Amino acid sequence: MKIHEYQGKELLRKFNVVTPRGKPALSVEEAVKVATELGGKVWVVKAQIHAGGRGKGGGVKVAKSLDEVRKYAGEILGMQLVTHQTGPQGQKVNRLLIEEGADIRKEYYLAVLTDRASQKVVVMASSEGGMDIEEVAHKTPEKILKEFVDPLVGMTEKQCGILAHGIGVPPASITRATEQIRNLYACYMETDASLAEINPLILEGNGNIKALDAKFNFDPNALFRHPDIVAYRDLDEEDPAEIEASKFDLAYISLDGNIGCLVNGAGLAMATMDTIKLFGAEPANFLDVGGGATTEKVTEAFKIMLRNKAVKGILVNIFGGIMKCDTIATGVVAAAKEVHLSVPLVVRMKGTNEDIGKEILKSSGLPIISADNMADAAQKIVAAVAGK
Amino acid sequence: MSILINKNTKVITQGITGKTGQFHTEKCQEYANGKNCFVAGVNPKKAGERIFDIPIYGSVKEAAKETGATVSVIYVPPAGAAEAIWEAAEADLDLAICITEGIPVRDMLVVRNRMKAKVADGGKETLLLGPNCPGLITPDEIKIGIMPGHIHRKGRIGVVSRSGTLTYEAVGQLTELGLGQSSAVGIGGDPINGLKHIDVMRLFNDDPDTDAVIMIGEIGGPDEAEAALWCKAHMKKPIVGFIAGVTAPPGKRMGHAGALISGGADTADAKLEIMEACGFKVTRNPAEMGKLLKSLL
Repeated sequence: MKIHEYQGKELLRKFNVVTPRGKPALSVEEAVKVATELGGKVWVVKAQIHAGGRGKGGGVKVAKSLDEVRKYAGEILGMQLVTHQTGPQGQKVNRLLIEEGADIRKEYYLAVLTDRASQKVVVMASSEGGMDIEEVAHKTPEKILKEFVDPLVGMTEKQCGILAHGIGVPPASITRATEQIRNLYACYMETDASLAEINPLILEGNGNIKALDAKFNFDPNALFRHPDIVAYRDLDEEDPAEIEASKFDLAYISLDGNIGCLVNGAGLAMATMDTIKLFGAEPANFLDVGGGATTEKVTEAFKIMLRNKAVKGILVNIFGGIMKCDTIATGVVAAAKEVHLSVPLVVRMKGTNEDIGKEILKSSGLPIISADNMADAAQKIVAAVAGK
Repeated sequence: MSILINKNTKVITQGITGKTGQFHTEKCQEYANGKNCFVAGVNPKKAGERIFDIPIYGSVKEAAKETGATVSVIYVPPAGAAEAIWEAAEADLDLAICITEGIPVRDMLVVRNRMKAKVADGGKETLLLGPNCPGLITPDEIKIGIMPGHIHRKGRIGVVSRSGTLTYEAVGQLTELGLGQSSAVGIGGDPINGLKHIDVMRLFNDDPDTDAVIMIGEIGGPDEAEAALWCKAHMKKPIVGFIAGVTAPPGKRMGHAGALISGGADTADAKLEIMEACGFKVTRNPAEMGKLLKSLL
């Protein structure tokens, strides 16, 4: 689960990571009010969306007067902000962060994440802050320093020091930097984050080290113990179809193609999508109905898939194990009837009670196309959608 | 022979009194020699009781001591599952199989490091399979986990996969072609897990009753590439490879927490390329895994 920058900075402050003073604003008036309260002569008006690259897309402006705050807030609020992470349609800006200006002398990069291979927490730092870190990793990998942390031991003083010195923090600010690193690590662990990234972490003229940005991602499996973080969820930033699906415990992700697919199991669902592509078409979604699919769940899954107007055909691929094929067949028939299905439907069922399932589909009177295996199913739905 | 488990394995079920644990324990008991294999359950609150005639003990340690069991299967709900894994490790079992889906990553990080620290201190190593996995099966001998037993057939092909239903898919294809399985192993879809592809490939390589292997992977993480490089140097048996997720968009979690493309080298295409370069017969058509394997024998 992702959160906004201003929410990330609230979290950082809870863990004593230093950030510029600032507050969110939902309207132009509020933006000016926040700027007035903050005082000073320079403010930063920042679009709050869950995607990176906001500055390049025109979503971050430096204002040198309250009039400029008003002007920029008006421009940014409501805009469709397009960045390399939003896709060409962009993301509508509904929230702003108004912050005091910073006296930037140097920009660093700092992030904490979990390394699958070593099964340790890795803290990464770089002297090349403020840039796309993936580009840094690609062009100058030697400029990214990594410290692997044993979660049983925690981030040691020595490790913090290696990173702070390694990225070139001047001697007078080393203690302030190591403190920020240690605090970010604590924040990452205690909030069950899967990513905590500060880019840039800055050195100010007075020697202070501050987090100018905050990007977090949280482990969905751990949200049950963090109601405060769940409260940060912004549904405006999520796909309505995915939200709807999650209510029925369906794992759904919208994609760009025109063939909807309904599968049991995440791996089989991905493999089904791949097979559709192999035969020349594109999947419209990823949808895993899970192990305990009921008629109700299958019906909801059909509704969610069909809400996507791009869908011109549906492929159901079930490997019945514990879940029986006749149960799924009954669900598919009920769903097809309830939604008055008007696009071609190919069903491939395998496993427990396969024959009974096929008979249910056949005797339903619905124009359901039956398939023997995944490849056969994919070919049949691709052909049906192409009108062949 | 087979890998990890056989008809003589004695199994403890952690979480036997929950709905999932009960359902699957019954199915496992019904399969092949299951009646003799599933010898104990654990629930501190119900110690002394029995379920399906299986005695329930207060702790894994006690269950192991009383029954001689060396393997446990875990159905404990996510919030307590990592602690259950640790209990199995502390009891010095040979193998813990964690079926539970949805365990917080941090809990897994902590328990994996505790398990490694125990071994580093000279303690006995307990292997972990999973979490978030279907378990493993040696057809006609024993099934530990949630896979449908009847699709399997005894034979000489090994199957290893991160995904449950995709494992069944491969097994189903093999059985249909008349090729039985030595063991089929689901290593699970979580980012922090126990046995990896490379570990299972090692076991299959050493197993005299396995002639060839189907290795199935997914987008995300370096595991398949690591296994492929190891196989290039050591594997003496033909391997068919498939990676799910060619069509997966970057940065999205596709059901499995581990199936998230975040860097460059963990895409399906990159993995397929490495596997092919390491001598695997790879296919982009998951319906052909079985056929392709048959052609290699």
